[in-house]
Amino acid sequence: MDFLMGNIWLWGPITAVVIAAVITVNALVSVWLERKVSAWMQNRLGPMENGPQGILQTVIDAVKLILKEDIIARGIDRPLFKMAPYIVFGASFAVFAVTPLARGISPADLDVGVFYVLAISSFVAVGIMMAGWSSNNKWSLYGALRGVAQAVSYEVPLSIAVLTVVMAAGSMSLQTVCVAQDGGFWNWNGLALHRNPFLVGSFLIYFIASLAEVNRTPFDLPEAESELVGGYHTEYSGMRFALFFLAEYANMLAAGILASVLFLGGWQPLLPALDFVPGPVWLFGKAYFFVVVQIWIRMTLPRLRVDQLMYVCWKVLVPSALAMLVLGGLWQLMIQG
Amino acid sequence: MDFAALVQHLRAALPDAVLEEHPEAFSPWILVRREALGELALLLRDDPALDFNQLMCLSGAHAPSTDADRLWNVLHLFSVRHGHKLALKVVLDAADPACPSVAGVWATADWHEREAYDMVGITYTGHPDLRRILCPDDWQGHPLRKDYVAPATYNGMPLD
Amino acid sequence: MESRELFLHGSRVPDAGPDGELMTLNMGPQHPSTHGVLRLELKTDGEEVAQVRPHIGYLHRCFEKHCEKLTPPQIVPYTDRMDYLAAMNNNLGFAIACERMMGLEVPEKVEYMRVIVAELNRIASHLIAIGTFGLDMGALTPYFYCFRDREMILDIFEEVCGARLLYNYIWVGGLSHDFQDDTDDKILRFCDHFDKRLDTELNPLLSFNKIFVKRTANVGVMTPEQAWSMGASGPSLRGSGVDFDLRRDDPYSVYDRFQWKVCVGEGLMGTVGDCWDRHWVKVLEMKESVKILRQAVAARPKDGDVKEKVPTRVKLPAGEIYCRTETPRGELGFYIVSSGGNQPERVKVRPPAFCNLSVIDEISRGALIGDVVAILGSLDIVLGEIDR
Repeated sequence: MDFLMGNIWLWGPITAVVIAAVITVNALVSVWLERKVSAWMQNRLGPMENGPQGILQTVIDAVKLILKEDIIARGIDRPLFKMAPYIVFGASFAVFAVTPLARGISPADLDVGVFYVLAISSFVAVGIMMAGWSSNNKWSLYGALRGVAQAVSYEVPLSIAVLTVVMAAGSMSLQTVCVAQDGGFWNWNGLALHRNPFLVGSFLIYFIASLAEVNRTPFDLPEAESELVGGYHTEYSGMRFALFFLAEYANMLAAGILASVLFLGGWQPLLPALDFVPGPVWLFGKAYFFVVVQIWIRMTLPRLRVDQLMYVCWKVLVPSALAMLVLGGLWQLMIQG
Repeated sequence: MDFAALVQHLRAALPDAVLEEHPEAFSPWILVRREALGELALLLRDDPALDFNQLMCLSGAHAPSTDADRLWNVLHLFSVRHGHKLALKVVLDAADPACPSVAGVWATADWHEREAYDMVGITYTGHPDLRRILCPDDWQGHPLRKDYVAPATYNGMPLD
Repeated sequence: MESRELFLHGSRVPDAGPDGELMTLNMGPQHPSTHGVLRLELKTDGEEVAQVRPHIGYLHRCFEKHCEKLTPPQIVPYTDRMDYLAAMNNNLGFAIACERMMGLEVPEKVEYMRVIVAELNRIASHLIAIGTFGLDMGALTPYFYCFRDREMILDIFEEVCGARLLYNYIWVGGLSHDFQDDTDDKILRFCDHFDKRLDTELNPLLSFNKIFVKRTANVGVMTPEQAWSMGASGPSLRGSGVDFDLRRDDPYSVYDRFQWKVCVGEGLMGTVGDCWDRHWVKVLEMKESVKILRQAVAARPKDGDVKEKVPTRVKLPAGEIYCRTETPRGELGFYIVSSGGNQPERVKVRPPAFCNLSVIDEISRGALIGDVVAILGSLDIVLGEIDR
């Protein structure tokens, strides 16, 4: 059932509130996960004071951010400065509207679901540019320029990798993509070596490109702390910074959800016998698995330099993605019939 | 080469550059005539028998005595190939603290001379960019002078 | 005799880019990766750096002026605070300078113990250098592993002299405390633990990580001529392929009794003298320090009082001396002028990081901003000793 295809005036606000709640809870969980997982990898404990194992730490941090003074320096372009966090957050927020939750259930099962996701998530670049420019700070500008260049460039291999999946499923609708991975985990696109091995290649390319879209190490140049202090959100404090923060973690979850939907079956259970466990549990389980992998990669790898980042995108990922697309298509034509 | 041989070689090449020699010191040093420092530095670096390729340290010092107010410019040199060391000293009058710069001979002298200028007040002629290095650019006075009195305020801020 | 046109600093006006304008960018004084309070004024043409102008002096605490009013034993704690990451080595440099002036010979036991703590501090300092270098590159984890190993060293220091960072341990004529009964065991246990860690954790995670290599190889190349002329020393000099180490080539203390290698950069991952080489020299030096530690602990005489040769009043005879030692950052020199009184007339410190930092303009030409961060990290500076 597509909630938003029905009475939009009823379901619209409800969906928005639910998504906002999901994003907020996700931020709490993701931030705690990030701090704990990175701590354990680094031979330390992480937050321990607030709540058992520090689970209330993020709540306290959120309260702190809300209570902070809203500093807007002189020379800042006020309208752009204030609008930028909302645009970045809004773009991440809107992606959740098409997530398939279970068989036949999603907020909106658009026929062009994949296309919608790619289009909306590219809005983030606009918000980043606004933030960097309006901050009246050379470092923010550098971060914004890098961020936009990175986001726009990595959309190309990302889209091509996603195209491979669309080709395999025969539809851009995310529900259909999930349904096409029926069976068990061996039928999932990212693991189906027997069905179409080039999808596995696309999976890797998609994952790397999504790291770049989400601005995570090794592609976290826009916010490279040790170089640019804070990049495009240097000048933001308090609630505005909290919005950027929220948006970043929402993006991480969105990337995880998309990866699970496109390549790991979405709400599909591991084995058909386990389908008594509800779809959303599987979906979010897989999505958080990706989030943990993103955290793991962040803690392990250093950062790429800007020109190396561009090199990787245009000279490594794009040709590989194109190769996967062409070869995957040929495979599908000839072998799958 | 040992110190005596070094001094002999220098006296032969530049007769009136070396004014005094002090082999008894813990780090043997020679007193050099101010105007000869530039040429002497080039000789020390480029002569293959000397080959002082490393300027270990360049220091400025204020050495007032009862009869004269003197500033010292002291260079400590080392040759990696030969393994010998040499110290040069140029004694300047505080009223005329100009000294030739050796920044064109050993690039490290650039910052060392800036520090000597900042702390003691020796002005180096021929230095590419002589400005203060440790103190703020608009600081008054040269702190390592023996008669230096720290100012009470700096740009209106009290210094306690 | 021609005057060779050498490297000009500061006064050089860089060429304007194709748009005719250079952007001035300030890194610091507060910046996560300027190691201390340092202001780097960058003139960039887009992302490419045309000139780097370091501004120092933010941490100037008038060490040399203080020395003129203090007796040498009182100066020793001040030397700790110059290069606070390698405080033992600073103490050692000053103590050796004074002892040479006074003609004082310290007992064998003291010499061995000095070498032990100096090498332990060398490892600790290199661990910080490597950890923060990784941090600058975005590798967040090796930093914690380095600090965990450094904790073991700091615990040993705390047992020996009561302090973790600023020791006041190596006095003129001796040491302030003797080792405890189990200090030797603890040191050997650290050596065993550390040897394994380097090869299993640090090198695979950081040194040979493809991204780290791409960020640091062929970046900030310093030729041996540049290094000698601009006064670079220590790992920065040896990273450029120059086989020179004061512990072997201008020996002091009992370093000549140990078997160890001088580590030199060979351009394994890129060009000789790039950032990776300087990093690799530090990694290798830590291994060599462990070797020296094992030998020193085994050979250390156990009887004797560490304070037996410490004079009741340290009076430097009239004269002047320039004495240098090898700290983790390079050549630390003390130029001491004494007129025979209780306090020295002039103490000039030649800090290694001061000269190492001055090369940054020369070797950053044409680099990107991210590279400037890499170069600065590889030079391993401590503002405490640059500014004194």
